[in-house]
Amino acid sequence: MTLLDDSIHTRSAPADRPPLDRFDVWTDEMVDAAGIPLHDVPFVSVGGGMGSFVTVDYLRVAGGVPASDIRVLSNLSHPWQTYEHLTRVSQLPRQKRIRSDSASRPDNLWGFPSFAIQEAVARKSVKPLLQVLFEPVFADFYTPELDMVLKGIEREAHRIGYWDMLVQGEVRMVRRRAGGGYFTILENADGRTAFRSRDVHLAVGYAGLRFLPDMQAFRTKLNDFHHVVNGYEDHEHVYEVLRRRPGTVLVRGGGIVTSAVLERLITDRLKYGSQTQIVQLFRTYYDGRHGSHMWSRRPGRNGFAYQGFNYPKSAWGGQLKARMRRLEGSARAEVYDEIGGTTTAWRRHWQRNLAKARKGGWYHTVGGTIQDMRLDGDQMVARIQHAGGVNDLRVDYVIDCTGLDGDVSRHEVLKDLLQHSGATQNPLGRLDVERSFEVRGAGSGIGRVYATGAASFGGYFPGVDTFLGLQISAQEVMDDVARRGYCRRMGAGRSIAQWFKWANGRPV
Amino acid sequence: MVPTLAGRIQTRLFLLAVIGGLVTAALTPILPVDGPLGDRYQATFVVLAAVAVLGIGWELIYHFLMQWRWEKDWPTLFGLLTLVPEGIVVWLLATRDLVPGLPGPVPTEAFTIHFVLVWLAVWLVANGPMRVPFIHWRFRGGRLL
Repeated sequence: MTLLDDSIHTRSAPADRPPLDRFDVWTDEMVDAAGIPLHDVPFVSVGGGMGSFVTVDYLRVAGGVPASDIRVLSNLSHPWQTYEHLTRVSQLPRQKRIRSDSASRPDNLWGFPSFAIQEAVARKSVKPLLQVLFEPVFADFYTPELDMVLKGIEREAHRIGYWDMLVQGEVRMVRRRAGGGYFTILENADGRTAFRSRDVHLAVGYAGLRFLPDMQAFRTKLNDFHHVVNGYEDHEHVYEVLRRRPGTVLVRGGGIVTSAVLERLITDRLKYGSQTQIVQLFRTYYDGRHGSHMWSRRPGRNGFAYQGFNYPKSAWGGQLKARMRRLEGSARAEVYDEIGGTTTAWRRHWQRNLAKARKGGWYHTVGGTIQDMRLDGDQMVARIQHAGGVNDLRVDYVIDCTGLDGDVSRHEVLKDLLQHSGATQNPLGRLDVERSFEVRGAGSGIGRVYATGAASFGGYFPGVDTFLGLQISAQEVMDDVARRGYCRRMGAGRSIAQWFKWANGRPV
Repeated sequence: MVPTLAGRIQTRLFLLAVIGGLVTAALTPILPVDGPLGDRYQATFVVLAAVAVLGIGWELIYHFLMQWRWEKDWPTLFGLLTLVPEGIVVWLLATRDLVPGLPGPVPTEAFTIHFVLVWLAVWLVANGPMRVPFIHWRFRGGRLL
């Protein structure tokens, strides 16, 4: 268990902070005395990204909760805003296919018709259906184009009255209310507002971009944000420069973003004749099937570990999901370790391009770590430690594709929840949640705090930060709210009726 | 749906009973086979029951084979192609009088039409429409209980 620092127990608020912030539990009188306007609503969802959207969609459609009983508090204007930004800068514009299953539809809680059926109808082609039929043995996994996914979300958001529920602003904190429930403080141009609710749902995503210590040191020390970039930040300038003049780029990582970045670099070279030399650095280099047991060997080759999606498919409903649900503490952490590590999808056109690049002698891979980086004129020198020793590599750019920062203690709202509301961290350092995604220790009378998405990684369900994972989490949340008697359960009859409403585009 | 062992068995039994039952009920009168309608219904429903009972054994085998897959999934194509071994085994048993309750000989043509259509209907429903009435089904490895 990761322990928080001692300040939890000996905290003292700075003098300039409003006194209210110093108390773990607030009374209605305290909020009133602080002059903060109060707004009552049974269910508050904090975040306003994909996690909030999928959860409120479930509550509206399956739980039968009216839009007036839900408020989404967010600094985003639409739920796919952050997601689209991250996909765009990481080389997945709307026309590209994302790494998501055909039946994994954030805009449709039944996953039927699947994206493949929708695409087949729209294009009057059986090709998408044949791909699903033959995947993954005789064809790559079918994956939908981002544009189709986002348009579906927009349509569903209108259908459930998403914007009637949205209140824009920065959420500062969630505090327990004396007598039950919570206060969520939102700050915007109108000042502070307190939302008094029975339940709070947190889907705040990642705290930011993750930089390995050597990258962070380089950027901070030299104030250089040009030569060293993260795959999840806008780095178009790298491709623009490399199209104008020859250069060497070091790509760091082995995940799906790395694959997208490599594809862009290779395509630019094949299509526009750029003379880029590519060096890819893997922290862990896989050159074959790997795993501790004959029943748990993941495919790998040329450095990459291959997997269709972010997790083995059985994480979303098969035996891995069932197994994880039963495991506690270190036993659960061991399975996370077993299925962990960065993976990418094995796609035939990517393989063809990588083979061309390898054959042409302008793409090289190495397994190792960076010891040090320094500027040398217009270039950088990266000191790389690998199995054969240490080498200096002169490069023009480094694209770091090692991911996003999931540290919950670096997120303002989550940190506050850990410090003031009884929440704790799980063995992997994220929020400790029940099978229902209720945050352990943060209950308040009849009220509950739920956390889904990246913040709940490490719990009883592994695929939290995926489209289908968000739907599974949303279903668990809705089931728990229904068990507590605050929303409806959806039986077969109502499910069919709701599906027809979805199919006809009629409001919930 | 990525199945668990319990989910496989429950889904098979449920879909054969409901979808298989509906297809069998509608199809039996028009199958190319002689004899009174009562006997024909008895024959087709006994074959359907044999597919269900033997299927529990088949599901154990599929579950075992699935363990060698890293994803622990069961691709859509596998669910379709397994009609071949399963069909052959049921046909062998039925034509050798090893299936109790059959009123008479089982003509190969009628058996093939019935078996393939029931299989296709069950496979199609399992790969999509099943998710519409049962929103928990796919996230519980195919379990209905």
